[in-house]
Amino acid sequence: MAILEVEHISKNFEDTEVLKDIGFSLEKGEVLSIIGSSGSGKTTFLRCLNFLEQPDTGVIRVNGEVLFDASVRQTQQEAEIRKKRLHFGLVFQSFNLFPQYTALGNVMLARELLAKEQPDYKARKKEIHQQIEEEAKALLVQMGLGDRMENYPHQLSGGQCQRVAIARALALKPDILCFDEPTSALDPELTGEVLKVIKELADKKMTMIIVTHEMAFAHDVASKVIFMDDGMILEQGTPQEVFENTREERTKQFLARYTNG
Amino acid sequence: MELIMEQMPIVIRSLNSGFLQTLKLFFVTLVGAVPLGLVIAFGSMSRFKPLSWLTKLIVWIIRGTPLMIQLMIVFYFPGLVFHNQIWRGTAGRFAAAAAAFIINYACYFSVIYRGGIQGVPAGQEEAGLVLGMTKRQIFFKVKLLQMIKRIVPPMSNEIITLVKDTSLANTIALQEIIWAGESFVKGSQGISGAIWPLFFTAVYYLIFNGVLTVLLGRLERKLEYFR
Repeated sequence: MAILEVEHISKNFEDTEVLKDIGFSLEKGEVLSIIGSSGSGKTTFLRCLNFLEQPDTGVIRVNGEVLFDASVRQTQQEAEIRKKRLHFGLVFQSFNLFPQYTALGNVMLARELLAKEQPDYKARKKEIHQQIEEEAKALLVQMGLGDRMENYPHQLSGGQCQRVAIARALALKPDILCFDEPTSALDPELTGEVLKVIKELADKKMTMIIVTHEMAFAHDVASKVIFMDDGMILEQGTPQEVFENTREERTKQFLARYTNG
Repeated sequence: MELIMEQMPIVIRSLNSGFLQTLKLFFVTLVGAVPLGLVIAFGSMSRFKPLSWLTKLIVWIIRGTPLMIQLMIVFYFPGLVFHNQIWRGTAGRFAAAAAAFIINYACYFSVIYRGGIQGVPAGQEEAGLVLGMTKRQIFFKVKLLQMIKRIVPPMSNEIITLVKDTSLANTIALQEIIWAGESFVKGSQGISGAIWPLFFTAVYYLIFNGVLTVLLGRLERKLEYFR
């Protein structure tokens, strides 16, 4: 069974159609790259998946469970949405780390707040806290930030910040981790270190959706590529199908701009 | 000079008790206006338009008119219009002054708060939401401290202005420090025609504001650990 099924998602801002009938499915452990020019709706789509925007039509299912159905009001209630969000993680282009917390604090904060909702929290407070801290530290080590845990975001480079943000998202153990142009705010040198970390996650079979302009990276890491244009999915398939055996003229034009430098 | 030395103990005692009123008004205004300002700030940012318009109208009126007039209106209005002077005696004068000051300063604070709240990037809220935090948690655990950091410098300005503005309360005969100083010009406790006690009140303001400046500066530096 597919881990994620998206059907007929559409979204309007005022009079502009930003998303038009988006539909696809994703298997567990797959990495999906969404490519396309700016303004093609890629980011809006990710925001819909993470309930930061509400689609006007369509259905989103994770592991067969309907998380969102535009025609069913109950799936749009604030309290419900909060729980459902946890199926997804989102890494932002601009990191959005919390500046007043250390790297470790950033990774631990949401987990600790969620832990307080557990019925046995009071009794096992210390134990729970310790476990959260250990897991957070392990994640930061995994991100190559073992010596940066006590640093505040302003003391870290952009690449380090983004790796903290990835650890922060992973701490909540999402089913699907989404990246919104994770390297667009970084210079080429720092881009490499972030892409390396994402590649490692792909090797560990983390299900991911990556909106990116790094075509070579999309080609290498993705098991599935979607090309979006003007709010629609114009082409989807394996990296070979989309990058090498491109069907659509529009996709070819878009890719040519990258390959010709 | 000899005369001044003679008058000094009497004057100091009077000024001290006047300054106590000044301090009382200052602290009561802060304690009232700091939270009320937050309520007004949220009101003005409300998505419920009538509420946001109403609060913006109030803020516009309060910021657009002199505090001195507001003091007079609060103090005289009930007696003149309803023939019911609710502000009786010294305590009444103080309550009237405190009410006018709290409303006035809450409006100024609300504008500073709003700037502080809106100055926190939208990405902070979004990051919190995506991490499954409630709006409440996002406000208290993520945005509040960033807000405080942003508002400390403009708030410091307002707070120092408030110390000096308390002197306006003497227009409704609240016996604060300027009132105490002036009494020696008019004649009080065997001293009259002495202008120096009035000038000397400035030293009180200066010292108190000096202390506040140091404390607020310390708070500002304390928040420098993040950016």
